Amino acid sequence: MSDIPSFTTLRSKVAPLAIDNVDTDRIIPARYLKVTDKNGLGEGLFFDWRRRADGALDPDFVLHRPEHRGAAILLAGENFGCGSSREHAPWALLGAGFQAVLSTRFADIFRNNSLKNGLLVVEIPAAVSRALLAAVERDPTLEITIDLPSQKVLLPDGAEQPFTIEPFSKHCLLNGVDQLGFLLDQVPAVERFEAAHAARIDSRA
Amino acid sequence: MSEALPPRTLFDKVWDGHVVPAAAGEDAGLPSVLYIDLHLVHEVTSPQAFAELDRRGLKVRRPQQTLATMDHSTPTDPSIGAARLRTLDPQGAAQLEQLESNCRKHGVPLFAMGDRRRGIVHVIGPEQGLTQPGMTVVCGDSHTSTHGAFGALAFGIGTSEVGHVLATQCLLQYRPKTFEVRIDGELGPGVTAKDLILYVIATLGVDGGVGHVFEYRGSAIRSLDMDGRMTVCNMSIEGGARAGMIAPDEITFAYLEGRPRAPRGEAWERSLEQWRRLPSDDGARFDRTVAIDASQIQPMVTFGTNPGMGIPVRGTVPAEDGVPEQQRPTFAKALAYMDLDPGVPLLGHKVDIVFVGSCTNSRIGDLRAAASVMRGRRVATGVRMLVVPGSFEVKRQAEEEHLDDVFRAAGAEWREAGCSMCLAMNGDQLEPGQYAVSTSNRNFEGRQGPGGRTFLASPLTAAASAVRGVISDVREML
Ligand code: SF4
Repeated sequence: MSDIPSFTTLRSKVAPLAIDNVDTDRIIPARYLKVTDKNGLGEGLFFDWRRRADGALDPDFVLHRPEHRGAAILLAGENFGCGSSREHAPWALLGAGFQAVLSTRFADIFRNNSLKNGLLVVEIPAAVSRALLAAVERDPTLEITIDLPSQKVLLPDGAEQPFTIEPFSKHCLLNGVDQLGFLLDQVPAVERFEAAHAARIDSRA
Repeated sequence: MSEALPPRTLFDKVWDGHVVPAAAGEDAGLPSVLYIDLHLVHEVTSPQAFAELDRRGLKVRRPQQTLATMDHSTPTDPSIGAARLRTLDPQGAAQLEQLESNCRKHGVPLFAMGDRRRGIVHVIGPEQGLTQPGMTVVCGDSHTSTHGAFGALAFGIGTSEVGHVLATQCLLQYRPKTFEVRIDGELGPGVTAKDLILYVIATLGVDGGVGHVFEYRGSAIRSLDMDGRMTVCNMSIEGGARAGMIAPDEITFAYLEGRPRAPRGEAWERSLEQWRRLPSDDGARFDRTVAIDASQIQPMVTFGTNPGMGIPVRGTVPAEDGVPEQQRPTFAKALAYMDLDPGVPLLGHKVDIVFVGSCTNSRIGDLRAAASVMRGRRVATGVRMLVVPGSFEVKRQAEEEHLDDVFRAAGAEWREAGCSMCLAMNGDQLEPGQYAVSTSNRNFEGRQGPGGRTFLASPLTAAASAVRGVISDVREML
């Protein structure tokens, strides 16, 4: 069953968001959590940063600048996605057209949530991140390539930056396979486990 | 049987006991299939998961190991009932109705509106005796780490994973690393579990625990009661850790005995026997270790926009050159948002709102602590104080002890149970620019309302600050 977009190679401009420790409340504020589906969350992405005090869109916010329009790769600061476990964060990034995020480090839950939804998170060293940021600031039109099969980012200067990804997540992304399908195949083993281990509680009692 | 095994940590024992032997396994580079004993569900992170089940024609595998509650977007204003909610907040009301119909359809027990057992998901699990030592507990909520206070492996998951657990009672997980956080010595007067964990996070940083599970150990941890241990484990996620655990002991067992869903009679004795084998073995190895001296910890307050930006209440906001160069832009941005200057003291800073509540600090012990400061005193003019019990059971107990009278007499608002101003989804929120002293766990920009500014602190510090109208050192008032 194919439930996430498959991901092989992505060539795109890079939108820079040079802020560290961006938490998921920033990525999508709690008032967007009242939805009961996943659609339309892109408009809530970085909501409070994208607007001025009077509620109008702030044309100066980095993602609104015309030169960054259409970028499918977000270059984030350090430690991206900390805080709440809301999966609305990767849904919002995907909804706004991003397919990959680069950072020096990702919070665990955010990483898991992203990979499960087909959003590739790529960890790169701080020096590479700084150099790329400087390059994008000089020339916002430059493009980079993320090659998932070989696990490399091809940088504008021709250098290749390898990255790591768990083999299982890679397999799922490459094939657009989702994890629930994989787990459902394990049900016979789960049944054996349940037969050998009595449930510790009954929440209905 | 344990003779043959090398010494293991508490985490190792719980993890090993829940890996489903299957085709998938750690050796093949595949994630483990981890069996989940208790799955807690709330209205905000579950609708898309139930929708996915329905789309695929799947059932909830183990409704009897699942419990749902309503907490995040429920009103805590006693005058707002279901009908008014529908007009005030149609989206929130729709989410609650959706949870009700999902639970009905799948046979999942639900503490719905009006149920006297309802409350914040991380308060009711332990309170009902559902959270037990050695279990795996998950919830679509990052503060699930709270349940680790019982020696359970408990962590937050995303909505896709909520669907995985609903459908298979399992999760795909890579084994995290272990991190011993050892805190020995005695906490001084006026210094609480909240100060301890804010100190730990200020020391290790908000990403200090990424990829790890904390085990809190040492005499300072052993002498905390369960409410305090839950406060500590609750904020593990703010230190970047996947989970936080504390070995069960007599204090744990005394808390659990007689709770509605705790084992009874012979089952209780058998459970005790198993639980006593859970603590880390002597000589067990942790991937990392840090040692902290409890006597160094003072009442803590955060000054910035992440929980790692904490200082002693009598300290000063760091000067810019005290901050590593890499972190300066974040630091400057945080101070600009908080409208604070580097190098200034926080003591005496004005406060508009005081919020006592959230899954970090809304249990009976927290309310007693806050009430002990408020008794015979009044909330300062111009300050609004909200006291929001973590569950209706906590509320009932507090009222039995007349703590509500203490708060009301002091001029504070005594609210219904829920998450409330912790994440400001239910209408309880800060106005732009307002300053709050808050016993919750996150001081992120806009967390308590757009433009709102949060100082995180303990219930004692919050109450002291409410009385004086400025950030205060509770030790002067004890
Ligand atoms: S009280 Fe706050 S942190 Fe805790 S579950 Fe509710 S919203 Fe989350």
